[in-house]
This record gives sequence, C-alpha cells and structure tokens, in this order.
Amino acid sequence: MSATDISPSAAPAVRTGRPWQRDLIGVAVILLAAIGGYVLFPDNLALLTRIIAIMLLVLSLDLVTGYCGVATLGHAALFGAGAYAAGIAAVTFGITEPLSMIGIGAIAGAVAGLVSGVVILRGHGLAQLVLSIAVIHLFHEAANKASTYTGGSDGLSGIAPDPLLGLFAFDLWGRTAYVFGIVLLIAVFVLLRILVRSPFGMLCRGIRQDPVRVSAMGASVKASLIRMYVISGAVAGIGGALNAVSTQVVGLDSLSFTNSAEALVMLVLGGAGSLFGALAGTVVFMWFEHVVSAANPFHWLTIVGALLIAVVLFAPKGLYGTAADLARRFARSKP
Amino acid sequence: MQVFFSIGVDALAYGMVLFIISIGLSVTMGLMRVVNLAHGAFAMIGGYIASYAARDLGLGYGFAIILAVIGTIVIAIPLERFLYRRIYGAPELTQVLMTIGITFCVIGLANYVFGPTLKTIPLPADLQGPVNLGFRTIAAHKLFAIACGVAVALGLWFLIERTSFGVKLRASVDNTAMAASLGVRTRIVYAASFALAVGLAAFGGVIGAELLPVEPYYALRYMVTFLVVVSVGGAGSIPGALIACLLLGAIDTTGRYLVPEYGEFFFYLAVIAIVWVFPRGLLGRAK
Repeated sequence: MSATDISPSAAPAVRTGRPWQRDLIGVAVILLAAIGGYVLFPDNLALLTRIIAIMLLVLSLDLVTGYCGVATLGHAALFGAGAYAAGIAAVTFGITEPLSMIGIGAIAGAVAGLVSGVVILRGHGLAQLVLSIAVIHLFHEAANKASTYTGGSDGLSGIAPDPLLGLFAFDLWGRTAYVFGIVLLIAVFVLLRILVRSPFGMLCRGIRQDPVRVSAMGASVKASLIRMYVISGAVAGIGGALNAVSTQVVGLDSLSFTNSAEALVMLVLGGAGSLFGALAGTVVFMWFEHVVSAANPFHWLTIVGALLIAVVLFAPKGLYGTAADLARRFARSKP
Repeated sequence: MQVFFSIGVDALAYGMVLFIISIGLSVTMGLMRVVNLAHGAFAMIGGYIASYAARDLGLGYGFAIILAVIGTIVIAIPLERFLYRRIYGAPELTQVLMTIGITFCVIGLANYVFGPTLKTIPLPADLQGPVNLGFRTIAAHKLFAIACGVAVALGLWFLIERTSFGVKLRASVDNTAMAASLGVRTRIVYAASFALAVGLAAFGGVIGAELLPVEPYYALRYMVTFLVVVSVGGAGSIPGALIACLLLGAIDTTGRYLVPEYGEFFFYLAVIAIVWVFPRGLLGRAK
C-alpha cells in the first residue's frame, strides 16, 4: 500500500481496493447509529426521521456544492419539489403507495433540479448566488399561490400513505417511517459513493478545481454540471418525499430560503466534498437545534452564527475533514 | 393618472432608499471582492441606534442620524479588523458563510437587546405632513428620502471622480497590486471605503425606516434585495446601482400596486430575466 501512495500511476489500484472497505464501514456506522438512535430515543423517532430526510437534502447539496463547486442558497427548491409532488400525488391523485410516492418525489426533484440547474448555472459568483436565491423565492411563491393543490400557507395536509409493501402500516410512533428512512438513506448513500468514484464523479471534481482545463480536455462543463444537478435533484426529492410520507404534511417552510441556508450550514459544518461530512454535519446541527431552540429560538440563531464564524476561521474543512486530518496525522506518526 | 403618479413617487422613494443602502455593498463588492451578506445587518444596526436615540433619549432626528452612522461605523471597525480581513480573496462560499454567520449573530443579539417588536423612528414635524407641489401632494418623508438619494449619488460621484481619494480608490479597484506598488496605501483605502459603506448603510437604514421597518429579521429579509440590486447593477458601478435601484424599485412597486397577489413573483422573475441577459450586471465590466 505504501508503494502505491508514492506513484500516482498506480493510484487506481488503491481506489478499487480500499474504498469498498470504507463503504462497508460507512454503512455499518449508519446502521449502528440508526440502531443506537432507535434504542436510546424511542420517543424521538419523528425527529430522527426528519434528520434522515434532511440528510438526503444535505447529501444532494454536497453533490453540487462540495463536488462541483456551485455556490447555491436555493437548494431547498429541489427538496420542496419532491415533498410537494409526493404530497399532491397522495392527496389529489390518490397515489398513496409509499414507494411510488418516493419515486414521484425523486422525479419531481430531478425536474426541479434540471430547471434550477439551467437557471443557476447561467451566472458565476455573485450572479449565481442571486439566481439561486431568486429560484427558491419563485418556487416558494408558486407553492404559496397554487393553493388549490398545495394548500398555500396552511400547508398540504391529509397525506395518508398505505402500509409499506402492503405489510407495515405507518404507526403513530413513527417506527415504520424510521426504518423506511434508514433503508432509503443506506441505498442512496451506497449509490452516491459509487457515483462520486465513477469517471463522471471524477470529472465533476475536476470541474470544481479547474473548469477551463476540463473544457480544454474536451469535456462539456455545463452539460456535466446540469447532469449532476438532475441527480442531485432526485436525491433531494427522495428526501422531500420521505418527509411528506413520514410527517404526512408538507409545509411552505420546506421551500424556504432559511431551509436552503441551513442545509448549506450543515454541509459546511460537517465538511463539504465528502459524503460522510454531509451526514455528520446534519446530525450535529439538527440535534443541537433540537436542544437549544427548545430553550430560545433567538439564542439558537446567535449560536448558529457564532458556530459558522468559528468553522470558517478554525476548521475550514468541517468537522469530518478536520477529524480525518487528525486521524491521518495520528496514523502517520505511528508507523 | 393619480395611480400612475403615486406609483412613480413610491417607486422613486423606494429606489432611492435601496440605492443609499446598496451602494455601499456595491463599492465593497467591487473593491474588496467580498460578498458581504451582513450589509443589511449594518443598516439594521443604524436603524436601532437611531430609534434608541430618538425615542428613548429624546434627541432630534438629525442627531439620531449622525449618532446612528457613527455608532454603526464604530461597531463595524473591529468586525472588519478581526473577521473581514481574513476572508479577503477567499472563495465565495467561505465569504457567504462567514457573513451569514455575522448576520445570524446580529439578528439574535438585536432580538435579545431590543426585543422582537417593530421599532419606529419618530419623524420631526417638518417631515410628517404632506407637501403640496401645486398639482399634487406627496408625503414629506418620501420627498426627503428622494432628496437624500440624489445627494448621496452626487456626493459619491464627486468623491470618486473628483478627489484624490477617489483616484486612489479607482486605482485600487482596477489593480490592487499595482496601486500598492505605486505608493497607494491600499489597506487604508480598504478600511476607509468599508467605513464609508457601513456608514451609508446605517444612513439608509434610518432614512428608509418608514419603508423598510426596523425589526430583528430586517437583516435577513432585505439582504436578498440588496444583493439583487448589486448583481443587477454590476458590482462597483455607481450608475449601474442607481439604474438597478430605480428599475427594481419601479418593478416592485408597480407589482405591489397593480397585482398585489403576485408582487414578489414579478420581482424575482424580472431579476432572473435581467441576470440571465446580463450575467455581469447592467453596467458591470468584464473581468
């Protein structure tokens, strides 16, 4: 192994050997954390399920921000599109089979990803940020005004999903929803690990590092980014649909600017450009929020602000990135 | 005709308030390349100080404005020294996160200190009533806001085009390294223009308190609008910012008057359309 570290030409050998182990470790860690959460907080399963839904949003944001380097403050548009699509399918069209609802959410998220990707990628830097903000506000307003379908500011309620696979009903304690969420999360996680290692994933990382060089190599920067946006939209849409299935309501807040900004904060807190970082950041942020905002929502805002400043100044790689660096240094000092 | 006229006056007053606040953001963005999402927070701090001075201390309106501008600059200087200086030249995402962090902190603290209620800044008697223009009457404070906007635009134009500070500022914007090697103290130019930007934000926050009411979420609610103005106008361009403010003020006000249901909708559609056609802003220059 140490020989392959030196010569870059042998690097692919490392890639095929070790990442699978890390995937397995990652899945094992998620499973252990899931079981731990189930045993330790049996009364908070609804919160845990919401954390899983937000994890999917943050993973999807990681794909475009962490891997492709697109700065966006409008990613909740994709999450909300999935949530509303699943909700509307259930309430208006009577499609209450949970897996179909998730599928509809994924498709709607992908479509929203295509639309917002095409709009947002038109600009760079500040213009890109402003476009992303305009997109999330447009989605928000659209959902607010189309109240016949979306329930407007009252939210969309009355979503009653069928039992999962016809066997497991969604119970009052949220056990079914929780297990369903964990299974979805693991499936998405494994697929995304494969995606980011694929040649396409490598191309996207290259685009983040140097778009001019990638286009000089003959690859289309914009087409790749839009493809990534569509994939990212599908992931976020699954998250939104999971949220709709588990809470059985969809509120306008799922399409809010705050939701987008918070997702970005979670991503950066955990460490952008790493799927583990996205997961870790979401858990830490949401759990903190749950504890602190119960006391006083405005203190929560102050703390998030201070936390953000601290992360930017002292841990620009995020919690996971910093921890991984420390672990690597520790491993190197102990041969 | 009556509707037309009142839309015009409201749009002009709103656009001028936007201009006073956003021009500082445009200057810092053009000069220091910092995406400062906390700019609205400085306007809000100005509004709070003025409200405190005028309501609780009983000072005059003019004094309140001066106190607000000075107080906000005093608050902003340590922030510039310890936080902003570290993110000059950093990637946009870093700057966005840092300045959003500052905004969140300011919102939380403002709510803790002043409470969640709306704060008013009592207007002096001269600015309260309507003013008769012969054929129409306008609210005096709107006229005052328009006059202030014009004064700020002219003052800035004079400062940047006709003084030696303006020459140094333009030189630093165009090429910081070259300006520094020619003997311009770019650090001082940076600090001075940051103070100027913050002071203008505070000034606009006070003048515009009738149109953009001061409350803790002010910083987040209007942040988007200020950013939009800068990106539509083109960062660093004063005429660009002026045109953008008047244009967006007109679109927003017209939308609110004629189709109040879909006001926001039109605003953001227009923003997307403009940025789509001019990705660098109306008068932004190519890199």
